[in-house]
Amino acid sequence: MQGILLAGDSAGNNVDFMIHGIFSYQLFGQQVWITTSHVCLLIVVCVLTIFFIVGGQVFKHASEIPTGFQNFLEIIVEFLDGMVDKTMGKKGKGFRNYIGMLFIFILFSNISGLLGLRPPTADYGVTLPLGIITFILIHVNEFRFNSVKDIWVDKCSPLPPWLPIWLPINLIGDFAVPISLSLRLFANVLSGTVMMALVYGLLNKVAYAWPAVLHAYFDIFSGAIQTYVFCMLTMTYISNAIGNKEEA
Amino acid sequence: MGEFNDAFIFGCSAIGAGLAVIAGIGPGVGQGIAAGYGANAVGRNPGAKGDITSTMLLGQAVAETTGLYGLLIAMLLLFVKPFT
Repeated sequence: MQGILLAGDSAGNNVDFMIHGIFSYQLFGQQVWITTSHVCLLIVVCVLTIFFIVGGQVFKHASEIPTGFQNFLEIIVEFLDGMVDKTMGKKGKGFRNYIGMLFIFILFSNISGLLGLRPPTADYGVTLPLGIITFILIHVNEFRFNSVKDIWVDKCSPLPPWLPIWLPINLIGDFAVPISLSLRLFANVLSGTVMMALVYGLLNKVAYAWPAVLHAYFDIFSGAIQTYVFCMLTMTYISNAIGNKEEA
Repeated sequence: MGEFNDAFIFGCSAIGAGLAVIAGIGPGVGQGIAAGYGANAVGRNPGAKGDITSTMLLGQAVAETTGLYGLLIAMLLLFVKPFT
């Protein structure tokens, strides 16, 4: 259980950045835990759902000249759409919703460390599914927009297609994509979490006000950069997989 | 692990964790080079500052990955304790 949950007492002191199990239940004979990551994820998703519902209502009664909250929402939507358009060009029309949702979700997860939650993205169980979704999107789009023969030629690429010696290496490269994407996000957020826990746990006599600087760096700057990188790489990989066919 | 006691294994894991985070040297050098060329590019073409900065940050974040792998190994050795 310790190895799976990363839980347990770390030398019995008050440095605490672990995931704790809240309660366990049996599922198909396996012991499954509901952990603090689930709770934090639920909080993040609930806040975002409320935000989206309120935003939808605002846009339903949108005025010609935007005021207040509508201004804010339009800035967000324009920024996200502009980012997708700039990276993917014409091919990005269908991916605006997914990339925008991904950006908002990861960004809010990363900066939720400011609100006293343990960031859900500091759990590999949250980032690996995001990587796998990217992987599935890459390959579904590869097969949608290219013929099987083209894909075979591409997979044997440095050598001619009748000599598939490079095929296994290219396949390993393909499977490394979701792992490296998810590990990058996970390790960045985890390192910030660990650093903040060390500061608060070991220096708790003198940790007044100045850890705000560290929060600004680890939670806001690093979190925003990693969100941007994750979305950017997802878009680049998908747009590479689609290729240069102007069908979208 | 019957032959060694837990303290010995944990001590060796701590040394291994310390060695693993030496991986941070590589990304440090790489990010510094990227930042240097970024500053160079901004000096040549100040109008493209936004594009240069975002490209530089993207490349730096990708280069950071190898150092983070070292950090992950250190974390695994120290907190998951795979050998005890």
